[in-house]
Amino acid sequence: MKKITSLMLALMLAMSLASCGEKANDVETQGETENQVETEVETETETEAETETEAEAETETEEADVMTYEEYAAAEIDSPVVIDAYVQGKQSWWDNKATVYAQDEDGAYFIYEMACSEEDYEKLTVGTAIKVTGHKAEWSGEVEIVDATFEIIEGNYVAEPVDVTSLLASKELINHQNKLASFKGMTVDAINYKNEEPGDDIYLTLSKDGESYDFCVEIYLTGEDSEVYKTVGELAVGDIVDVEGFLYWYEGVNPHITSVVKLEA
Amino acid sequence: MKTAIEKTLCLCLAALFCVFAVSCHGKRESSEFVIPREFDEAQEYSITFWAKNDTNKTQVEIYHKAIAEFEELYPNIKVNLRLYTDYGKIYNDVITNISTDTTPNVCITYPDHIATYRTGKDVVVPLNDLMNDKEYGLGGKRVKFDSPTMSEIVPQFLEECSFSGAYYALPFMRSTEACYINKTYVEKLGYTLPEQLTWDFVWEVSQKAAQKDSDGIYAVNGQKVMIPMIYKSTDNMMIQMLKQQGAGYSDEYGNVLIFNETTEEILKTVAENTAAGAFSTFKISSYPANFLNAGQCVFAIDSTAGATWMGTDAPLCDISEEKIIKFETAVMPIPQFDPQNPCMISQGPSVCIFNKKDPGEVMASWLFTQYLLTNSVQLSYSSTEGYVPVTIKAQSSDEYKDYLSRAGEDNEYYYDIKIRASKLLLDNVEHTFVTPVFNGSASLRDAAGQMIENVTKSVRRKENVDEDYYKALYDDVKALHRLDSAGLSGGKVKLGKLPEASRALIICLVAVWVLIIAYRIYDAVKKLRK
Repeated sequence: MKKITSLMLALMLAMSLASCGEKANDVETQGETENQVETEVETETETEAETETEAEAETETEEADVMTYEEYAAAEIDSPVVIDAYVQGKQSWWDNKATVYAQDEDGAYFIYEMACSEEDYEKLTVGTAIKVTGHKAEWSGEVEIVDATFEIIEGNYVAEPVDVTSLLASKELINHQNKLASFKGMTVDAINYKNEEPGDDIYLTLSKDGESYDFCVEIYLTGEDSEVYKTVGELAVGDIVDVEGFLYWYEGVNPHITSVVKLEA
Repeated sequence: MKTAIEKTLCLCLAALFCVFAVSCHGKRESSEFVIPREFDEAQEYSITFWAKNDTNKTQVEIYHKAIAEFEELYPNIKVNLRLYTDYGKIYNDVITNISTDTTPNVCITYPDHIATYRTGKDVVVPLNDLMNDKEYGLGGKRVKFDSPTMSEIVPQFLEECSFSGAYYALPFMRSTEACYINKTYVEKLGYTLPEQLTWDFVWEVSQKAAQKDSDGIYAVNGQKVMIPMIYKSTDNMMIQMLKQQGAGYSDEYGNVLIFNETTEEILKTVAENTAAGAFSTFKISSYPANFLNAGQCVFAIDSTAGATWMGTDAPLCDISEEKIIKFETAVMPIPQFDPQNPCMISQGPSVCIFNKKDPGEVMASWLFTQYLLTNSVQLSYSSTEGYVPVTIKAQSSDEYKDYLSRAGEDNEYYYDIKIRASKLLLDNVEHTFVTPVFNGSASLRDAAGQMIENVTKSVRRKENVDEDYYKALYDDVKALHRLDSAGLSGGKVKLGKLPEASRALIICLVAVWVLIIAYRIYDAVKKLRK
C-alpha cells in the first residue's frame, strides 16, 4: 500500500513539475502571459509614476510655485508649468496615461496623457483637486499640458457650464478654451459618424445666426453607451438643441459634447 | 486505524489525480488548421472582418460593396464588418481578444503586429498551403471569382508577409512615404528642387525658411507661424535614415542594433534643426498637411496614403478655407543620403486570418481574403489614396493605366497629387524595404520614433541636450520598451503567474506530504509507546 502511495505521489509530482514548467504556447496561456506582462509593466510604471509624482511634489515645494491661471495663460509654449485645478471630465486612460479636463474659478486646462495609474484614475472623480506639473504645449490650436505628473490635493469644485452662445463668432471665445460650456438654441445642420456607422466619434455641425460650427461627440470622453452618444445619433437635420461640452480646439473651435437636449420645435 | 488513514490518503490522491487530469486538459484546445477536402456551401458561416480606413468615407463604401459582392457569390457566408481608423487600436483589440478566443476571422494589420499575435500557438493561420491549394488557393479552380494567382501578386509585396518560415498574411495595399513640397516657397527662398532630394538640401532650405524678423514674422510666408519641415511618422524617419546610411536597426533574429553612433548622429541633426526652428513632428505640432496647406510648412513628409490631404486643392482638408493659400505642390521621394541608391520604406495594410475550431470557417475567411485581391477591390480601393494595388494583374489592367494617365482631370478621383504619389511608389518598388519582423519588432519601432520625439521636445524646452542626455535617453528608451536584452525574440520570456490549477496542485501535494510525515511521526510515537 505504502509503495503504491509513494509511486502515485512521485508520479503526480513529476507531472505537476512538467505542467508548471510548460511554456506559454497555447492561446489561453499566451493571452494570460500577454496580460501578465502588461500588468508587470503597469505595476512598474505605476511605481515610477507614483515615485515621480511624489518626487515632483517635493521638488515643486522647493523649486516651482503653483501658477495662477493668468500666469499659466501667459506662459510660453514648451515652458514648464505647475497648476492646481479641479477635474471636470475624464477623457481616457490607457497604458498608465490619463487625459482629463480640469478647471478652476479662473480658467480651464486640458491635460493630455499625464502619468496616472489605473487605480489613481478611478480616484479622479468630477471635482477632485489635483496639482499638475508638466509642460505647456499647443496642438492644432488646442493649448494643453503634456508630459505631466500629478498629485491629488485637498479641495473640491464642480464648475457650472458657462454660456458661450453669444461668443461663438467672437475672438473672445478662445479665452474660455477647455471650459465646460453651454450652447443654447443651436440648429442641427449635419450629423456624421466618423466611420459612417456607430462605434466611433460623431461629427455634428450646429449653426447659430447663419454661422456653422463643428462639434464632436468624442467616443473616448462619453462612451458609446452614453445618453449623449445615443441622443446625438437620433437627431435629425433641422432639430433645435441645447448642448453642453468642453470647449476643445482643433483648427478652430470644436467643442466635445457631453450632453444634448432636443428642444420642442 | 492504520488502514483507515491509508484509505483516506488513497482517496485523496485519486481525487487529486482526477483534478490534475482535468486541469491538464485545459479550457480550450487549439489545433493547427488543416484544409478540408471540400468547402461546404450548404453550411452557413458568419465571419468578422476588422478593417482599417484612413477616415475616408469612400474606403468604407468600398468595403461594404466588396462584402455585398462576395456574399452574392457565396450566399452561405455572412461577413460582418468592424471599422477602425487606427492600426494601434486594432492591435490592442486583437491582443485583448486572443486571450478570450474572440479574435476576428479576417483582420487588416501590420506584419510587426502579426509577429506578436503569433506568440500564441496556432492563433494566426499560415497561408502557404491555402495559397497553393489547386482547388481553393490563389487562382484555384473552384474559387468563384477571378482570384489572382500567386505569380500575379507583386513578389516584393508578397515577401513582406513572409516571416518565421511561412506566409502569415497577404498584402492588401501598399504605400510609401513622400515629401510634399511647397515648391513656390523653395523657389522664393532662392533654390531649385534637385532631381533627387537630399537631407542636406532639405535641412539647408528649412533653416533658411525659419528666418524671421524682430516681430516674429517669417520672411518666406509673412506669417507668425512656419515649421519648414514636419515629419508625420518619426519611427519611419529614424528607420529610413539608418537604412540609407547602412547602419544597424535590427536583424531577423530579433537583435536590437539601433543604439549605435549613427543613431546619435541622426538625433544630433534633429536637435540642431529643431533649435534652428526648422523641424517639428506630427505628435508635437499637428498634421503636416494642415501646415502645408496654410503656407506654414515647406517640406511635409507623410504617407503616400495621405496624399488626398495635401495641396491647395486637396479634396480632404481640416483647415478652414480662408486659411488655405495658393502654392505649387511637388511630390518627391523622401530625402536621401545617397541619391544614387535611394531607399524608402514599404508600408500599407496586409490581411491575416485567425484560426478557428471549424476549418470550414477558416476556409470562408480565406475565400473572403482572396476576394480582397480581385481587380474590383484593388482598383477601387487604391484609387482612394496614393496607394498602389498589390497585384500585377490590377496594376497592368487597362482600367488602372487609364486612371494613372488622367492625373489632374479633376480634384477628386483624378486628383493630381494623389496619382503622383501612387506613381512615386510604382517607380520605386525596387528601392523599397521593410524591417525584420519578430516578436517585439513593434516595440522597437515605437522606440525608434520616441527618440526623435524626445530630442525634439527637449530642444524646444531648452533642456541641455548633450552626450549625457543621449546616454540617458538610450537607457530610458531601452527600459520603457523592454529592449534591454540583446535579442528581443530570443530574450528571456516572462511566463507570468502559475495557472490556478497548478497552484492548487502544488498546495495539495504539500498538504499530502505533510499528512504522510504526520502519519509517520504518529506511527513512530505509537511504536515507541508500545
